[in-house]
Amino acid sequence: MSEDLLVQIENLQFDYGGKPVLRGIDMRIPKGKVVAIMGGSGCGKTTLLRCIGGQLRPTAGKVRVHGAVVNEMRQAEVYALRRRMGMLFQFGALFTDLSVFDNVAFPLREHTDLPEALIQNLVLMKLEAVGLRGARDLMPNSLSGGMARRVALARAVALDPALIMYDEPFTGLDPISLGVIGQLIRRLNDALGATSIMVTHDIQESLVIVDYIYFISDGKVVAEGAPEDIRHSEDPFVRQFVHAEADGPVPFHMPAPPFAEDLGVAAARGAAHV
Amino acid sequence: MFNPVELLRHLGAGVVERVWRLGVASRFFVALLLRSGTALRRYPLTLREIWFSGVLSLIIILVSGLFVGLVLGLQGYEILQRYGSAEALGTMVALSLLRELGPVVAGLLFASRAGSAITAEIGLMKATEQLTAMDMMAVDPVARVVAPRFWGGVISMPLLAALFSTMGIFGGWLIGVVFIGVDDGAFWSQMQASVDFRYDILNGVLKSAVFGVAVSLIAVFEGYDSAPTAEGVSRAITRTVVTSALAILALDFVLTSFMFRELS
Repeated sequence: MSEDLLVQIENLQFDYGGKPVLRGIDMRIPKGKVVAIMGGSGCGKTTLLRCIGGQLRPTAGKVRVHGAVVNEMRQAEVYALRRRMGMLFQFGALFTDLSVFDNVAFPLREHTDLPEALIQNLVLMKLEAVGLRGARDLMPNSLSGGMARRVALARAVALDPALIMYDEPFTGLDPISLGVIGQLIRRLNDALGATSIMVTHDIQESLVIVDYIYFISDGKVVAEGAPEDIRHSEDPFVRQFVHAEADGPVPFHMPAPPFAEDLGVAAARGAAHV
Repeated sequence: MFNPVELLRHLGAGVVERVWRLGVASRFFVALLLRSGTALRRYPLTLREIWFSGVLSLIIILVSGLFVGLVLGLQGYEILQRYGSAEALGTMVALSLLRELGPVVAGLLFASRAGSAITAEIGLMKATEQLTAMDMMAVDPVARVVAPRFWGGVISMPLLAALFSTMGIFGGWLIGVVFIGVDDGAFWSQMQASVDFRYDILNGVLKSAVFGVAVSLIAVFEGYDSAPTAEGVSRAITRTVVTSALAILALDFVLTSFMFRELS
Protein backbone atom coordinates (compact mmCIF):
# COMPACT_ATOMS: atom_id res chain seq x y z
CA MET A 1 0.00 0.00 0.00
CA SER A 2 1.54 3.28 -1.02
CA GLU A 3 1.94 6.02 1.56
CA ASP A 4 -0.07 8.83 0.05
CA LEU A 5 -3.46 7.09 0.04
CA LEU A 6 -5.92 8.44 2.57
CA VAL A 7 -8.81 6.10 1.83
CA GLN A 8 -8.52 2.70 0.30
CA ILE A 9 -11.53 0.51 -0.41
CA GLU A 10 -11.10 -3.16 -1.23
CA ASN A 11 -13.83 -5.40 -2.60
CA LEU A 12 -16.51 -3.63 -0.58
CA GLN A 13 -19.87 -5.41 -0.49
CA PHE A 14 -23.02 -4.37 1.28
CA ASP A 15 -26.44 -6.02 1.49
CA TYR A 16 -29.53 -4.20 2.58
CA GLY A 17 -32.11 -6.67 3.85
CA GLY A 18 -30.69 -9.46 1.69
CA LYS A 19 -30.61 -7.26 -1.41
CA PRO A 20 -27.08 -6.45 -2.57
CA VAL A 21 -26.43 -2.72 -2.85
CA LEU A 22 -22.65 -2.71 -3.28
CA ARG A 23 -21.13 -5.68 -5.10
CA GLY A 24 -17.38 -5.37 -4.75
CA ILE A 25 -16.10 -1.81 -4.96
CA ASP A 26 -12.39 -0.96 -5.21
CA MET A 27 -11.25 2.61 -4.84
CA ARG A 28 -8.06 4.46 -3.99
CA ILE A 29 -8.32 8.03 -2.83
CA PRO A 30 -4.99 9.88 -2.58
CA LYS A 31 -4.32 12.59 -0.02
CA GLY A 32 -5.09 16.15 -1.03
CA LYS A 33 -7.40 15.29 -3.91
CA VAL A 34 -11.07 15.99 -4.55
CA VAL A 35 -12.70 12.80 -5.80
CA ALA A 36 -16.24 12.51 -7.10
CA ILE A 37 -18.31 9.35 -6.92
CA MET A 38 -21.05 9.49 -9.52
CA GLY A 39 -23.94 7.36 -10.54
CA GLY A 40 -27.69 7.38 -10.95
CA SER A 41 -30.01 7.80 -8.01
CA GLY A 42 -30.18 4.76 -5.75
CA CYS A 43 -26.99 3.11 -7.03
CA GLY A 44 -25.43 2.88 -3.58
CA LYS A 45 -23.35 6.08 -3.53
CA THR A 46 -24.60 7.27 -0.15
CA THR A 47 -24.25 3.76 1.27
CA LEU A 48 -20.61 3.84 0.22
CA LEU A 49 -20.11 7.14 2.04
CA ARG A 50 -21.73 5.73 5.18
CA CYS A 51 -19.36 2.76 5.04
CA ILE A 52 -16.35 5.09 4.88
CA GLY A 53 -17.67 7.03 7.89
CA GLY A 54 -18.23 3.80 9.81
CA GLN A 55 -21.99 4.30 10.15
CA LEU A 56 -22.71 1.15 8.17
CA ARG A 57 -20.76 -2.07 8.41
CA PRO A 58 -20.13 -3.72 5.05
CA THR A 59 -21.04 -7.36 4.50
CA ALA A 60 -17.58 -8.07 3.12
CA GLY A 61 -14.47 -6.19 2.11
CA LYS A 62 -12.43 -3.48 3.78
CA VAL A 63 -12.47 0.29 4.15
CA ARG A 64 -9.13 1.71 5.20
CA VAL A 65 -8.74 5.30 6.36
CA HIS A 66 -5.23 6.38 7.36
CA GLY A 67 -4.35 2.71 6.86
CA ALA A 68 -6.68 1.48 9.63
CA VAL A 69 -9.65 -0.73 8.75
CA VAL A 70 -12.81 1.21 9.66
CA ASN A 71 -15.18 -1.74 9.59
CA GLU A 72 -13.17 -3.64 12.20
CA MET A 73 -12.99 -0.77 14.70
CA ARG A 74 -14.81 -0.54 18.01
CA GLN A 75 -17.27 2.33 18.51
CA ALA A 76 -14.76 4.42 20.51
CA GLU A 77 -12.17 4.09 17.75
CA VAL A 78 -14.73 5.03 15.11
CA TYR A 79 -15.60 8.14 17.13
CA ALA A 80 -11.90 9.02 17.45
CA LEU A 81 -11.56 8.68 13.67
CA ARG A 82 -14.65 10.79 12.98
CA ARG A 83 -13.17 13.73 14.85
CA ARG A 84 -10.84 13.99 11.88
CA MET A 85 -13.69 13.70 9.37
CA GLY A 86 -16.21 16.30 8.32
CA MET A 87 -19.42 15.50 6.49
CA LEU A 88 -21.82 17.72 4.61
CA PHE A 89 -25.30 16.23 4.37
CA GLN A 90 -27.63 16.52 1.44
CA PHE A 91 -29.79 19.24 2.98
CA GLY A 92 -27.24 20.50 5.49
CA ALA A 93 -28.76 18.81 8.56
CA LEU A 94 -28.22 21.93 10.66
CA PHE A 95 -29.47 21.74 14.23
CA THR A 96 -32.74 23.64 14.02
CA ASP A 97 -32.74 24.63 17.70
CA LEU A 98 -29.33 26.35 17.48
CA SER A 99 -28.35 29.59 15.75
CA VAL A 100 -25.89 29.65 12.85
CA PHE A 101 -23.10 30.59 15.24
CA ASP A 102 -23.92 27.81 17.71
CA ASN A 103 -24.20 25.27 14.89
CA VAL A 104 -20.66 25.99 13.74
CA ALA A 105 -19.45 26.14 17.35
CA PHE A 106 -21.08 22.77 18.16
CA PRO A 107 -18.17 20.44 17.27
CA LEU A 108 -15.68 22.82 18.94
CA ARG A 109 -17.69 22.92 22.15
CA GLU A 110 -18.27 19.17 22.18
CA HIS A 111 -14.71 18.10 21.47
CA THR A 112 -12.46 20.81 22.85
CA ASP A 113 -12.08 22.76 26.09
CA LEU A 114 -11.20 25.96 24.27
CA PRO A 115 -12.15 29.21 26.02
CA GLU A 116 -15.26 30.90 24.68
CA ALA A 117 -13.29 33.85 23.24
CA LEU A 118 -11.18 31.51 21.11
CA ILE A 119 -14.24 29.56 19.96
CA GLN A 120 -15.81 32.85 18.90
CA ASN A 121 -12.75 33.69 16.76
CA LEU A 122 -12.62 30.22 15.19
CA VAL A 123 -16.34 30.24 14.35
CA LEU A 124 -16.13 33.68 12.79
CA MET A 125 -13.15 32.57 10.70
CA LYS A 126 -15.06 29.54 9.41
CA LEU A 127 -18.15 31.64 8.69
CA GLU A 128 -16.01 34.23 6.91
CA ALA A 129 -14.56 31.46 4.73
CA VAL A 130 -18.06 30.58 3.47
CA GLY A 131 -19.06 34.26 3.29
CA LEU A 132 -21.73 34.12 5.99
CA ARG A 133 -20.18 35.96 8.93
CA GLY A 134 -23.14 38.34 8.69
CA ALA A 135 -25.62 35.50 9.25
CA ARG A 136 -24.20 34.37 12.59
CA ASP A 137 -27.27 35.28 14.65
CA LEU A 138 -29.86 33.85 12.26
CA MET A 139 -31.70 30.60 12.94
CA PRO A 140 -31.41 27.81 10.34
CA ASN A 141 -35.07 28.08 9.32
CA SER A 142 -34.50 31.63 8.02
CA LEU A 143 -31.68 30.60 5.68
CA SER A 144 -32.06 29.78 1.98
CA GLY A 145 -31.07 26.29 0.80
CA GLY A 146 -27.72 27.50 -0.49
CA MET A 147 -26.92 29.45 2.66
CA ALA A 148 -27.85 26.50 4.88
CA ARG A 149 -25.50 24.31 2.83
CA ARG A 150 -22.68 26.85 3.32
CA VAL A 151 -23.25 27.02 7.09
CA ALA A 152 -23.22 23.22 7.20
CA LEU A 153 -19.96 23.32 5.27
CA ALA A 154 -18.47 25.72 7.83
CA ARG A 155 -19.61 23.31 10.57
CA ALA A 156 -18.12 20.31 8.73
CA VAL A 157 -14.69 21.96 8.59
CA ALA A 158 -14.84 23.45 12.11
CA LEU A 159 -12.29 20.96 13.47
CA ASP A 160 -10.04 21.21 10.37
CA PRO A 161 -10.70 17.61 9.27
CA ALA A 162 -8.29 15.54 7.20
CA LEU A 163 -11.20 14.04 5.21
CA ILE A 164 -14.32 15.89 4.12
CA MET A 165 -17.26 13.95 2.69
CA TYR A 166 -20.08 15.51 0.72
CA ASP A 167 -23.42 13.78 0.23
CA GLU A 168 -25.10 15.31 -2.83
CA PRO A 169 -23.87 18.85 -2.11
CA PHE A 170 -25.54 20.34 -5.21
CA THR A 171 -29.07 18.97 -4.89
CA GLY A 172 -31.80 21.58 -5.16
CA LEU A 173 -29.55 24.62 -5.56
CA ASP A 174 -29.92 27.45 -8.05
CA PRO A 175 -27.04 27.83 -10.57
CA ILE A 176 -25.33 30.62 -8.61
CA SER A 177 -25.42 28.81 -5.26
CA LEU A 178 -24.32 25.66 -7.03
CA GLY A 179 -21.25 27.40 -8.44
CA VAL A 180 -20.50 28.94 -5.03
CA ILE A 181 -20.64 25.57 -3.25
CA GLY A 182 -18.49 23.98 -5.98
CA GLN A 183 -15.80 26.65 -5.63
CA LEU A 184 -15.93 26.41 -1.82
CA ILE A 185 -15.42 22.65 -1.92
CA ARG A 186 -12.30 23.08 -4.03
CA ARG A 187 -10.94 26.07 -2.12
CA LEU A 188 -11.53 24.64 1.36
CA ASN A 189 -9.93 21.36 0.35
CA ASP A 190 -6.78 23.07 -0.87
CA ALA A 191 -6.63 25.62 1.96
CA LEU A 192 -7.01 22.97 4.67
CA GLY A 193 -4.77 20.45 2.93
CA ALA A 194 -7.64 18.02 3.26
CA THR A 195 -8.97 15.25 1.05
CA SER A 196 -12.54 15.37 -0.23
CA ILE A 197 -14.94 12.69 -1.37
CA MET A 198 -18.04 13.96 -3.08
CA VAL A 199 -21.06 11.86 -3.92
CA THR A 200 -23.07 13.59 -6.62
CA HIS A 201 -24.79 13.25 -9.94
CA ASP A 202 -24.01 16.76 -11.13
CA ILE A 203 -21.54 15.92 -13.89
CA GLN A 204 -20.92 19.40 -15.32
CA GLU A 205 -19.96 20.99 -11.98
CA SER A 206 -17.88 17.96 -11.00
CA LEU A 207 -15.88 18.01 -14.24
CA VAL A 208 -14.77 21.53 -13.34
CA ILE A 209 -13.69 21.10 -9.74
CA VAL A 210 -12.60 17.51 -9.09
CA ASP A 211 -9.33 15.66 -9.71
CA TYR A 212 -10.75 12.21 -10.32
CA ILE A 213 -14.15 10.63 -10.94
CA TYR A 214 -15.49 7.16 -10.21
CA PHE A 215 -18.72 6.02 -11.86
CA ILE A 216 -20.83 3.49 -10.01
CA SER A 217 -23.67 1.54 -11.51
CA ASP A 218 -25.49 -1.42 -10.03
CA GLY A 219 -23.12 -1.54 -7.05
CA LYS A 220 -19.92 -1.68 -9.08
CA VAL A 221 -17.33 0.75 -10.38
CA VAL A 222 -17.99 0.86 -14.13
CA ALA A 223 -15.65 3.67 -15.15
CA GLU A 224 -13.08 5.99 -13.66
CA GLY A 225 -10.68 8.69 -14.74
CA ALA A 226 -9.56 12.29 -14.56
CA PRO A 227 -12.07 14.89 -15.85
CA GLU A 228 -10.26 15.26 -19.20
CA ASP A 229 -10.45 11.50 -19.88
CA ILE A 230 -14.07 11.40 -18.81
CA ARG A 231 -15.02 14.21 -21.19
CA HIS A 232 -13.59 12.35 -24.16
CA SER A 233 -14.51 8.87 -23.02
CA GLU A 234 -16.07 6.49 -25.51
CA ASP A 235 -17.48 4.30 -22.74
CA PRO A 236 -21.23 4.07 -23.39
CA PHE A 237 -22.16 4.47 -19.71
CA VAL A 238 -19.96 7.55 -19.29
CA ARG A 239 -21.25 9.03 -22.55
CA GLN A 240 -24.83 8.56 -21.42
CA PHE A 241 -24.05 10.23 -18.12
CA VAL A 242 -22.02 13.14 -19.48
CA HIS A 243 -24.52 13.92 -22.24
CA ALA A 244 -27.56 13.22 -20.06
CA GLU A 245 -29.14 10.77 -22.50
CA ALA A 246 -32.39 9.23 -21.33
CA ASP A 247 -31.73 5.71 -22.57
CA GLY A 248 -28.55 3.70 -22.86
CA PRO A 249 -26.72 1.27 -20.60
CA VAL A 250 -28.87 2.74 -17.81
CA PRO A 251 -32.32 1.85 -19.13
CA PHE A 252 -35.19 4.33 -19.15
CA HIS A 253 -37.62 1.61 -18.09
CA MET A 254 -37.58 -0.11 -14.76
CA PRO A 255 -37.93 -3.89 -15.30
CA ALA A 256 -41.65 -4.70 -15.56
CA PRO A 257 -43.93 -7.32 -17.06
CA PRO A 258 -44.88 -6.69 -20.72
CA PHE A 259 -46.91 -3.49 -21.06
CA ALA A 260 -49.81 -5.19 -22.88
CA GLU A 261 -50.15 -7.70 -20.06
CA ASP A 262 -50.31 -4.92 -17.42
CA LEU A 263 -53.00 -3.09 -19.36
CA GLY A 264 -54.97 -6.30 -19.75
CA VAL A 265 -54.83 -5.92 -23.56
CA ALA A 266 -53.42 -9.40 -24.12
CA ALA A 267 -56.13 -10.95 -21.97
CA ALA A 268 -58.85 -9.02 -23.79
CA ARG A 269 -57.52 -10.08 -27.16
CA GLY A 270 -57.44 -13.67 -25.94
CA ALA A 271 -61.04 -13.39 -24.79
CA ALA A 272 -62.13 -12.03 -28.20
CA HIS A 273 -60.78 -15.11 -29.94
CA VAL A 274 -62.92 -17.46 -27.85
CA MET B 1 -62.55 -15.34 2.47
CA PHE B 2 -62.05 -16.33 6.10
CA ASN B 3 -58.99 -18.40 6.72
CA PRO B 4 -58.43 -19.45 10.35
CA VAL B 5 -54.78 -20.42 9.79
CA GLU B 6 -54.05 -17.05 8.24
CA LEU B 7 -55.80 -15.31 11.13
CA LEU B 8 -53.77 -17.28 13.68
CA ARG B 9 -50.57 -16.49 11.80
CA HIS B 10 -51.46 -12.79 11.81
CA LEU B 11 -52.18 -12.87 15.52
CA GLY B 12 -48.93 -14.65 16.28
CA ALA B 13 -46.94 -12.25 14.12
CA GLY B 14 -48.55 -9.32 15.93
CA VAL B 15 -47.64 -10.71 19.36
CA VAL B 16 -44.07 -11.52 18.31
CA GLU B 17 -43.70 -8.06 16.81
CA ARG B 18 -44.88 -6.38 20.04
CA VAL B 19 -42.73 -8.50 22.34
CA TRP B 20 -39.76 -7.84 20.08
CA ARG B 21 -40.43 -4.10 20.23
CA LEU B 22 -40.64 -4.27 24.01
CA GLY B 23 -37.22 -5.92 23.97
CA VAL B 24 -35.83 -3.17 21.75
CA ALA B 25 -37.28 -0.54 24.10
CA SER B 26 -35.71 -2.27 27.13
CA ARG B 27 -32.29 -2.39 25.48
CA PHE B 28 -32.73 1.26 24.56
CA PHE B 29 -33.53 2.02 28.22
CA VAL B 30 -30.36 0.29 29.42
CA ALA B 31 -28.26 2.08 26.78
CA LEU B 32 -29.86 5.36 27.81
CA LEU B 33 -29.02 4.81 31.49
CA LEU B 34 -25.45 3.81 30.67
CA ARG B 35 -24.95 6.96 28.60
CA SER B 36 -26.58 9.37 31.03
CA GLY B 37 -23.23 10.60 32.35
CA THR B 38 -23.11 13.56 29.97
CA ALA B 39 -26.64 14.69 30.78
CA LEU B 40 -25.92 14.73 34.51
CA ARG B 41 -22.37 16.08 34.32
CA ARG B 42 -23.35 18.85 31.93
CA TYR B 43 -26.44 19.77 33.90
CA PRO B 44 -27.34 22.89 31.82
CA LEU B 45 -28.38 20.46 29.06
CA THR B 46 -30.86 18.81 31.43
CA LEU B 47 -31.93 22.12 32.97
CA ARG B 48 -32.91 23.32 29.53
CA GLU B 49 -35.14 20.25 29.07
CA ILE B 50 -36.71 20.78 32.50
CA TRP B 51 -37.64 24.22 31.24
CA PHE B 52 -39.20 22.79 28.08
CA SER B 53 -41.10 19.87 29.56
CA GLY B 54 -41.66 21.22 33.08
CA VAL B 55 -42.00 24.98 33.10
CA LEU B 56 -43.82 25.18 29.78
CA SER B 57 -46.36 22.56 31.02
CA LEU B 58 -47.15 24.68 34.09
CA ILE B 59 -50.15 26.53 32.66
CA ILE B 60 -52.07 23.43 31.61
CA ILE B 61 -51.17 21.62 34.85
CA LEU B 62 -52.17 24.49 37.15
CA VAL B 63 -55.42 25.31 35.36
CA SER B 64 -56.45 21.64 35.11
CA GLY B 65 -55.57 21.10 38.78
CA LEU B 66 -57.75 24.02 39.78
CA PHE B 67 -60.74 22.75 37.79
CA VAL B 68 -60.38 19.18 39.01
CA GLY B 69 -60.31 20.57 42.57
CA LEU B 70 -63.41 22.68 41.94
CA VAL B 71 -65.33 19.66 40.64
CA LEU B 72 -64.13 17.49 43.53
CA GLY B 73 -65.35 20.17 45.94
CA LEU B 74 -68.81 20.27 44.36
CA GLN B 75 -69.29 16.51 43.99
CA GLY B 76 -67.66 15.73 47.33
CA TYR B 77 -69.85 18.17 49.21
CA GLU B 78 -72.97 16.89 47.46
CA ILE B 79 -72.24 13.29 48.50
CA LEU B 80 -70.82 13.95 51.97
CA GLN B 81 -73.64 16.19 53.15
CA ARG B 82 -76.09 13.31 52.52
CA TYR B 83 -74.37 11.59 55.43
CA GLY B 84 -74.06 14.79 57.42
CA SER B 85 -70.30 14.81 57.21
CA ALA B 86 -69.60 17.82 55.01
CA GLU B 87 -66.63 18.75 57.26
CA ALA B 88 -64.82 15.68 55.88
CA LEU B 89 -64.64 17.50 52.52
CA GLY B 90 -61.01 18.51 53.14
CA THR B 91 -60.01 14.91 53.79
CA MET B 92 -61.81 13.65 50.73
CA VAL B 93 -60.39 16.26 48.36
CA ALA B 94 -56.83 15.91 49.69
CA LEU B 95 -56.72 12.11 49.71
CA SER B 96 -58.21 11.66 46.24
CA LEU B 97 -55.77 14.19 44.81
CA LEU B 98 -52.64 13.08 46.62
CA ARG B 99 -53.18 9.36 46.15
CA GLU B 100 -54.73 9.14 42.68
CA LEU B 101 -55.83 12.16 40.71
CA GLY B 102 -52.68 14.23 41.16
CA PRO B 103 -50.21 11.68 39.77
CA VAL B 104 -52.60 10.15 37.21
CA VAL B 105 -54.17 13.26 35.68
CA ALA B 106 -50.91 15.21 35.80
CA GLY B 107 -49.23 12.20 34.14
CA LEU B 108 -51.83 12.09 31.36
CA LEU B 109 -51.52 15.83 30.78
CA PHE B 110 -47.73 15.59 30.87
CA ALA B 111 -47.80 12.82 28.25
CA SER B 112 -49.92 14.83 25.88
CA ARG B 113 -48.15 18.17 26.42
CA ALA B 114 -44.48 17.33 27.01
CA GLY B 115 -44.27 13.69 25.85
CA SER B 116 -45.68 14.43 22.42
CA ALA B 117 -43.34 17.44 22.05
CA ILE B 118 -40.30 15.33 22.93
CA THR B 119 -41.28 12.63 20.42
CA ALA B 120 -41.91 15.21 17.71
CA GLU B 121 -38.61 16.97 18.31
CA ILE B 122 -36.47 13.82 18.33
CA GLY B 123 -38.42 12.34 15.40
CA LEU B 124 -37.94 15.46 13.30
CA MET B 125 -34.26 15.64 14.21
CA LYS B 126 -33.99 12.09 12.93
CA ALA B 127 -36.00 12.78 9.77
CA THR B 128 -33.82 15.79 8.87
CA GLU B 129 -30.60 13.78 9.44
CA GLN B 130 -29.63 15.93 12.45
CA LEU B 131 -29.05 12.83 14.58
CA THR B 132 -26.95 11.21 11.85
CA ALA B 133 -24.99 14.44 11.45
CA MET B 134 -24.34 14.52 15.19
CA ASP B 135 -23.22 10.91 15.11
CA MET B 136 -20.84 11.72 12.22
CA MET B 137 -19.40 14.52 14.36
CA ALA B 138 -18.49 11.84 16.91
CA VAL B 139 -21.16 13.10 19.31
CA ASP B 140 -23.41 10.32 20.60
CA PRO B 141 -27.04 11.39 19.97
CA VAL B 142 -28.33 9.16 22.79
CA ALA B 143 -26.06 10.91 25.29
CA ARG B 144 -26.43 14.41 23.86
CA VAL B 145 -30.09 14.55 22.74
CA VAL B 146 -32.03 11.66 24.27
CA ALA B 147 -30.68 11.43 27.83
CA PRO B 148 -31.17 15.12 28.77
CA ARG B 149 -34.77 14.99 27.54
CA PHE B 150 -35.41 11.79 29.46
CA TRP B 151 -34.01 13.14 32.73
CA GLY B 152 -35.71 16.48 32.24
CA GLY B 153 -39.04 14.64 32.04
CA VAL B 154 -38.25 12.37 35.00
CA ILE B 155 -37.43 15.38 37.20
CA SER B 156 -40.35 17.53 36.01
CA MET B 157 -43.11 14.98 36.43
CA PRO B 158 -43.24 14.63 40.27
CA LEU B 159 -42.98 18.42 40.65
CA LEU B 160 -45.86 18.95 38.24
CA ALA B 161 -47.97 16.32 40.02
CA ALA B 162 -47.31 18.04 43.36
CA LEU B 163 -48.35 21.39 41.93
CA PHE B 164 -51.43 19.78 40.40
CA SER B 165 -52.48 18.38 43.80
CA THR B 166 -51.80 21.70 45.49
CA MET B 167 -53.95 23.59 43.01
CA GLY B 168 -56.65 20.94 43.34
CA ILE B 169 -56.78 21.28 47.13
CA PHE B 170 -56.96 25.03 46.72
CA GLY B 171 -59.86 24.57 44.26
CA GLY B 172 -61.69 22.25 46.66
CA TRP B 173 -61.24 24.77 49.46
CA LEU B 174 -62.44 27.59 47.21
CA ILE B 175 -65.71 25.81 46.39
CA GLY B 176 -66.31 24.10 49.72
CA VAL B 177 -65.32 26.82 52.17
CA VAL B 178 -65.59 30.11 50.30
CA PHE B 179 -68.67 29.47 48.15
CA ILE B 180 -70.66 26.71 49.91
CA GLY B 181 -69.72 27.60 53.46
CA VAL B 182 -68.14 24.47 54.95
CA ASP B 183 -66.38 25.35 58.21
CA ASP B 184 -62.87 26.56 57.44
CA GLY B 185 -61.30 25.11 60.58
CA ALA B 186 -62.94 21.72 60.13
CA PHE B 187 -61.87 21.57 56.47
CA TRP B 188 -58.17 22.01 57.29
CA SER B 189 -57.98 20.22 60.64
CA GLN B 190 -59.72 17.10 59.34
CA MET B 191 -57.36 17.08 56.40
CA GLN B 192 -54.35 17.51 58.65
CA ALA B 193 -55.51 14.72 60.95
CA SER B 194 -56.19 12.13 58.26
CA VAL B 195 -53.46 12.71 55.68
CA ASP B 196 -50.34 10.75 56.59
CA PHE B 197 -47.07 12.05 55.21
CA ARG B 198 -45.49 8.71 54.39
CA TYR B 199 -48.58 6.69 53.60
CA ASP B 200 -50.39 9.22 51.43
CA ILE B 201 -48.01 11.90 50.26
CA LEU B 202 -44.84 9.88 49.67
CA ASN B 203 -46.74 7.09 47.95
CA GLY B 204 -48.29 9.70 45.67
CA VAL B 205 -44.89 11.19 44.89
CA LEU B 206 -43.53 7.71 44.20
CA LYS B 207 -46.37 7.08 41.77
CA SER B 208 -45.70 10.30 39.90
CA ALA B 209 -41.98 9.47 39.72
CA VAL B 210 -42.79 6.05 38.19
CA PHE B 211 -45.13 7.71 35.68
CA GLY B 212 -42.40 10.24 34.91
CA VAL B 213 -39.94 7.48 34.03
CA ALA B 214 -42.57 5.61 31.96
CA VAL B 215 -43.80 8.62 29.99
CA SER B 216 -40.31 10.05 29.38
CA LEU B 217 -38.98 6.69 28.24
CA ILE B 218 -41.92 6.10 25.89
CA ALA B 219 -41.56 9.63 24.48
CA VAL B 220 -37.83 9.46 23.76
CA PHE B 221 -38.01 5.88 22.50
CA GLU B 222 -40.87 6.54 20.07
CA GLY B 223 -39.07 9.62 18.76
CA TYR B 224 -35.75 7.85 18.35
CA ASP B 225 -37.39 4.79 16.79
CA SER B 226 -39.74 6.67 14.45
CA ALA B 227 -39.65 6.21 10.69
CA PRO B 228 -37.76 9.26 9.32
CA THR B 229 -40.71 10.65 7.34
CA ALA B 230 -43.55 13.08 8.05
CA GLU B 231 -45.97 10.17 8.36
CA GLY B 232 -43.60 8.21 10.58
CA VAL B 233 -43.18 11.11 13.00
CA SER B 234 -46.92 11.72 13.23
CA ARG B 235 -47.54 8.03 13.96
CA ALA B 236 -44.81 8.07 16.60
CA ILE B 237 -46.48 11.03 18.35
CA THR B 238 -49.83 9.22 18.37
CA ARG B 239 -48.16 6.11 19.79
CA THR B 240 -46.49 8.17 22.52
CA VAL B 241 -49.78 9.61 23.75
CA VAL B 242 -51.73 6.33 23.51
CA THR B 243 -49.03 4.10 25.00
CA SER B 244 -48.29 6.60 27.79
CA ALA B 245 -51.96 6.81 28.77
CA LEU B 246 -52.30 3.02 28.88
CA ALA B 247 -49.02 2.65 30.76
CA ILE B 248 -50.02 5.26 33.36
CA LEU B 249 -53.41 3.67 34.02
CA ALA B 250 -52.05 0.12 34.16
CA LEU B 251 -49.11 1.10 36.38
CA ASP B 252 -51.46 3.05 38.61
CA PHE B 253 -53.53 -0.06 39.26
CA VAL B 254 -50.44 -2.14 40.05
CA LEU B 255 -48.93 0.54 42.31
CA THR B 256 -52.21 1.18 44.16
CA SER B 257 -52.71 -2.50 44.89
CA PHE B 258 -49.23 -2.70 46.37
CA MET B 259 -49.21 0.61 48.23
CA PHE B 260 -52.62 0.69 49.89
CA ARG B 261 -52.74 -2.82 51.31
CA GLU B 262 -55.86 -2.56 53.44
CA LEU B 263 -57.91 -1.99 50.27
CA SER B 264 -57.50 -5.59 49.19
